[in-house]
Amino acid sequence: MAWCWAACMHWWHWVTPWFTASLELINFAHGEVTMVGAMVALSVISALVGSGVELPGIVIALLGLLAAIPACMALGFTIERLAYRPLRNAPRLAPLITAIGVSIVLQNLAMLIWGRQYITFPPILPQGRHQLLGATITDIQIVILITSVVLMLALTLLVKRTRLGRAMRATAQSPQIAGLMGVNANTVISLTFVMGSALAAVAGVMVSAYYGLAHYYMGFLLGLKAFSAAVLGGIGNLAGAMLGGLLLGVIESLGAGYIGDFTGGFLGSNYQDVFAFFVLILVLVFRPSGLLGERVGERA
Amino acid sequence: MKSPVLNALLVAAMAALALGGCGKHDGTASNIIKIGSVAPLTGPQAHLGKDNENGARLAVDEINAAGLTLGGKKMHIDLLSEDDQADPKTATTVAQKLVDSGIVGVIGHLNSGSTIPASTIYHDAGIPQISPSATAIAYTAQGYNTAFRVMTNDEQQGHVLGQYAVNKLGAKKIAIIDDRTAYGQGLADEFAKAAKAAGADIVGREYTTDKSTDFMAILTSIKSKAPDLVFFGGMDPQAGPMAKQMKQLGLTAQLLGGDGMQTPEFIKLAGADAEGAIASNPGLTLDAMPGGKAFREKFTARFGPIQNYAPYAYDAVYVMVEAMKRAGSSEPAKYLPELAKTDYQGVTGKIRFDSKGDVSGGAVTLYQVKNGAWHPLETVFSDK
Repeated sequence: MAWCWAACMHWWHWVTPWFTASLELINFAHGEVTMVGAMVALSVISALVGSGVELPGIVIALLGLLAAIPACMALGFTIERLAYRPLRNAPRLAPLITAIGVSIVLQNLAMLIWGRQYITFPPILPQGRHQLLGATITDIQIVILITSVVLMLALTLLVKRTRLGRAMRATAQSPQIAGLMGVNANTVISLTFVMGSALAAVAGVMVSAYYGLAHYYMGFLLGLKAFSAAVLGGIGNLAGAMLGGLLLGVIESLGAGYIGDFTGGFLGSNYQDVFAFFVLILVLVFRPSGLLGERVGERA
Repeated sequence: MKSPVLNALLVAAMAALALGGCGKHDGTASNIIKIGSVAPLTGPQAHLGKDNENGARLAVDEINAAGLTLGGKKMHIDLLSEDDQADPKTATTVAQKLVDSGIVGVIGHLNSGSTIPASTIYHDAGIPQISPSATAIAYTAQGYNTAFRVMTNDEQQGHVLGQYAVNKLGAKKIAIIDDRTAYGQGLADEFAKAAKAAGADIVGREYTTDKSTDFMAILTSIKSKAPDLVFFGGMDPQAGPMAKQMKQLGLTAQLLGGDGMQTPEFIKLAGADAEGAIASNPGLTLDAMPGGKAFREKFTARFGPIQNYAPYAYDAVYVMVEAMKRAGSSEPAKYLPELAKTDYQGVTGKIRFDSKGDVSGGAVTLYQVKNGAWHPLETVFSDK
């Protein structure tokens, strides 16, 4: 299960740390974009299942995903244009607070649209189980793992091998110099947000398929943990983000499972969420640039 | 220079606010009786809270339609429904708000964790409080003469569950999970006591919260201890995903829970993985009670399926109004002594309060999920 959590979470926030370095912006609203993706997909899936259409479960899930991706892309684009672009040259704190504000607005909008209850994922996906070295793995977990790996590889290829990827890396290093080289920084940044939001939609559908439910508040903790994983692995580093997510998932699961035994019952597994943030504190204190991060000096 | 018109408007607005805010409203004036109803109307337990409110509302509407006369005056009941979000802090704020608006009685709250702190506020204001569903022992152990409940408490429920698990289900190794709320923790502790006394071995004790949906870590840890039975003390928003994740991990132990789990929402959240789960609920099955079937028909026609505690909220309103009728007044100081002497046959059973405010001589029924619905297994009667 650690794998699933890690696979679900860490790849979509590559985009965010990428731009954190240059734009000095931490997109706290990304968790909410994931949530919106999950809710839109679930609405479509529930509507399809409710209307009695005779389609295989996988197809219905994919249709939900296809509905969620453009919705999230539009949302990400809107957020960037309305909330972040006007603050491009503002002091560092302004976009940070704005991001938190956007996050709160999105949570409450979702609450108004979809209500405050848990929305269940209809049981349309295959529920097969397999035994592997003493652990049980379900079909959904395998699908999530494969999807994550494929998307990670695709994103890495995009960033390392294509012109757009080069433009993104250039803009991340310095928007002004990249502009001098003929890269339209605004377009690149918008595109990156849109891509990141599309990936967030996929993550949202995966999380809601895995847990079987979604609700308006799920983005909050997801965003925080993804950010922790990014910091753990090293901001601005794709492999670092991957490693950070995986490591965080494993630490959290093992910690929650065995903390009771280690402390003789003094601390219990209800401290599960604490582990993610405790690890974050340790990393920030001892190795602020993350496990694989480059030590980036202050820009002149 | 500021506009004089704006100035005048501002002064008028402030005056209106100041005058509107002062003075407590007397809930018994002009033939209106204000009764409060508090439950989580938003959040993961919103379906249960709304259920409580609907049960109370059905009773209030029936009483108003039949006409209520107290001390020769025709009275009308207003139900003031509030949302405490199952949160102890919000519960105290809401309780104070209700007290300030002049209620003469309150049906609430739903969760033990919010009922207990709120009960102090109601007690200090002298407002009688009947909870339809708070089962933690601590609620009536505080010694408040205004605190009552119409559902059997967890001392009995945990006791019955513990004995059932060991004697009827034959469980020798038991793992316990609770959600660390006043209800979940209390029920799990009582269960552990009874199970240990009956000879079982508690192989693991894990904790979660009433907001979690991910239990993989604790379930994996429990699986390694190979229990026969997993007991969960908590509510259905956790129990549903927990049942699902148990099956995902291949943990085949029997899942057992309390009244917080015995709802249609549990089956909806867990889907096919709910099959075989057993949970208890205080009281007899609704259909076995006189008036139970009629209540179910009335309620379902108006509000849809019953979640869990609606019949208790319904009975609580009637108990309160009956006490008012006997006292001939809706003033708390006058009808509180009558409330303590209640002897009422409700849709949930015979309601008589003991000296602490608990309902005396209750039963506990165990249900199991078979073919996607709860079916009663057996009813255990209290020896108290």
